[in-house]
Amino acid sequence: MLILNSNRVSIIQPASKWQGLNLKELKDYQDLFYFMVWRDIKVLYAQTIMGFSWALLQPLVQIILFTIVFGKVAKVPSEGLPYFLFATVAIVPWTYISQAVTESSQSLIAGQNMLGKVYFPRIIFPLTPVLSKLIDFGISLLIVVITMLYYRVHPTWNLLFLPIFLLLMIIIAAGAGMWLSALAIRFRDVRHSMGFVVRILMYSAPIVYSASTIPDKYRLIYSLNPIVCVIEGFRACLLGGHIVWMYILPGAITSLVFLIGGIFYFRKMEHVFVDVI
Amino acid sequence: MKPNNTAIRVNNISKCYRIGLKEQIHENIATAFLSLISSPLSNYRKYRSLYKFKEIDFDNNNGSHPDLIWALKNVSFDVNQGESLGIIGKNGSGKSTLLKILSKITVPTKGRAEIHGRVSSLLEVGTGFHPELTGRENIYLNGTVLGMRKHEINKKFDEIVDFSGIEKFIETPVKRYSSGMKVRLAFSVAAHLEPEILLVDEVLAVGDAEFQKKCLGKMGDVTKEGRTVLFVSHNMAAMEQLCERVVWLNKGALVGSGPARDMINQYLDMASPNSLGPDGDLSRIPREPSFETIFINGELNGLPFKEHHLIHPLAPLTIKLKLNLSEAMTGCGFGIHLTTNSGQCVYAANTRWNYGKIDFPEKGIYEFECTFDKLPLVPDKYYLALGMRNQVRQIDWMERVLCIEVSRDDVYGTMEFPEKSQGFFLTQANWKIDNKVTKRF
Ligand SMILES: Nc1ncnc2c1ncn2[C@@H]1O[C@H](COP(=O)(O)OP(=O)(O)OP(=O)(O)O)[C@@H](O)[C@H]1O
Ligand SMILES: [Mg+2]
Repeated sequence: MLILNSNRVSIIQPASKWQGLNLKELKDYQDLFYFMVWRDIKVLYAQTIMGFSWALLQPLVQIILFTIVFGKVAKVPSEGLPYFLFATVAIVPWTYISQAVTESSQSLIAGQNMLGKVYFPRIIFPLTPVLSKLIDFGISLLIVVITMLYYRVHPTWNLLFLPIFLLLMIIIAAGAGMWLSALAIRFRDVRHSMGFVVRILMYSAPIVYSASTIPDKYRLIYSLNPIVCVIEGFRACLLGGHIVWMYILPGAITSLVFLIGGIFYFRKMEHVFVDVI
Repeated sequence: MKPNNTAIRVNNISKCYRIGLKEQIHENIATAFLSLISSPLSNYRKYRSLYKFKEIDFDNNNGSHPDLIWALKNVSFDVNQGESLGIIGKNGSGKSTLLKILSKITVPTKGRAEIHGRVSSLLEVGTGFHPELTGRENIYLNGTVLGMRKHEINKKFDEIVDFSGIEKFIETPVKRYSSGMKVRLAFSVAAHLEPEILLVDEVLAVGDAEFQKKCLGKMGDVTKEGRTVLFVSHNMAAMEQLCERVVWLNKGALVGSGPARDMINQYLDMASPNSLGPDGDLSRIPREPSFETIFINGELNGLPFKEHHLIHPLAPLTIKLKLNLSEAMTGCGFGIHLTTNSGQCVYAANTRWNYGKIDFPEKGIYEFECTFDKLPLVPDKYYLALGMRNQVRQIDWMERVLCIEVSRDDVYGTMEFPEKSQGFFLTQANWKIDNKVTKRF
């Protein structure tokens, strides 16, 4: 005879209004989360010749391209640093954000078969690429390390703040992923617009240019952009220099608001995902 | 555990879907152009309306708005712990929708359900399988997708691989599997779930016969272990074998619930009417023009002929026939045939073989009865044909009058029994088993 050890009762009823994360449930599904992330990682480089080197190659090509176009040809000022170094520390986190957001926004559509056939916390879908792309990010940090060694950059105490910006980077990806995936499953327009949205976002942040070129009076508004805060943070932490918290905090706050809003929006919408696929 | 604890309580559950909203048709270029400009807005409304329901939609029009479809309408029933409940109904009657609601995949529009215990749902086998991953990896992935924890899978891993019978390919990417192998692997994972409540939707339709049988056996075990099972299938024989009680849905509404056999028989009665008239009336069945309508009525095991009769293997079978003779006739013989779906005759009985020729002395109604103590046929569907002839010609002949389905029962009490591919006949063979071997089921 089966021993009924769990006295759990679940109530099924029409969707209630707003709700936040159900952490207990997420914990129950942690193994699934782990395997989903792991599947993403494994499948991405299956049957490729270069395997994980792709994680290096992609940002590397981008950096070289930008160094030639913006550094050498357009001669964009780079705060007195070698342009290659200047670009590297920005493009590596940016590559993570753009890839994680793009994949996350498509995660529900890609998983629609699973979505209709089995229940698990829907939030796992957009969060999976956010985590799996961290592996790529970790690998591409190698470029940063080698570049810094090459240009003999001495690490400063600023490096201690790096985890904050890593976290913010992940928060941005997660927040955007939740908003976009919940929208994308209902309106496939999201997919078509992702290409230029990502590009606009890139030029909205000081990746190929320096934030100091922004006029001071707009600087505060400019720094509301959470990506600005992450990129500036990475530069300051890795290359030394002054961390201007006044220009960092606004972005950090926006990204948190964005994330919390994303969670609530996603949780509200998740009840209709299956019905509208 | 109290015996009559409720495991699932479904209370007035309704589910509304919005289906195909019709596209506008434009009469001229101007309106087409106008709508092109305004279409983003109307598209937005359209896609939004897919999940936004206004109360008006429900209440006015008696809930019968043209765009709305009620996949479920005020369905209520209870399932006790340890009970296995079947859900039957035609295509589109809302069976899958019900399971989806109970497994939290979608939410009901109205109503409430209470579930006591850990639920696993099996709406499909192999959910989450990825072709690039190996069998081993997919077992873990699929297992966790179905709600198992990693340590639970670790414990059962060998058993799962054993059950699937594909040990050799366990480190091979699933994309190199045959489709049957994929199903076996997927089902093996599913079969080793240990939830308190299992929801199963039409998953036995896949896999080869042998494997299906193995799965049926496993599911039987599951219900015997005291687990609560909700089972959706169009396979009435499997349904009858696995479920004690059956709930019948029609167009989203509950028609009734009751003991499996009764409900199934009622359901089969109602299912797609053919020319077989009510109360076993045979006179309306079309015959070739040269034939007369001799057979007018029939009964099977005391029930009027209907389209589908379910009987147990080796159970008695009695067929009663009423013949209507419009004139006296001599030198006749008549009989019954049982054919397979493909029309092959597996069994025939004829009065001539027992009694020689029969004479009907005058016009009128005659009654006959033909009885088998044990119908020795392997579980399958058989079709009844009736015919009568005299010395010179065929007088009446009807094929596929009805279907007799011999259910897949465990006749030998071993969970192992022949399939339709393994001969037609079911008679107990007497074996002398060398007593050096051990027997195990
Ligand atoms: N996502 C959806 N959007 C709109 N209508 C839907 C949706 N899902 C199901 N339906 C409708 O709900 C009704 C019930 O469907 P359901 O899948 O529950 O039937 P079923 O009883 O499982 O049928 P079958 O025996 O064919 O599996 C059908 O009319 C179907 O068209
Ligand atoms: Mg179905």
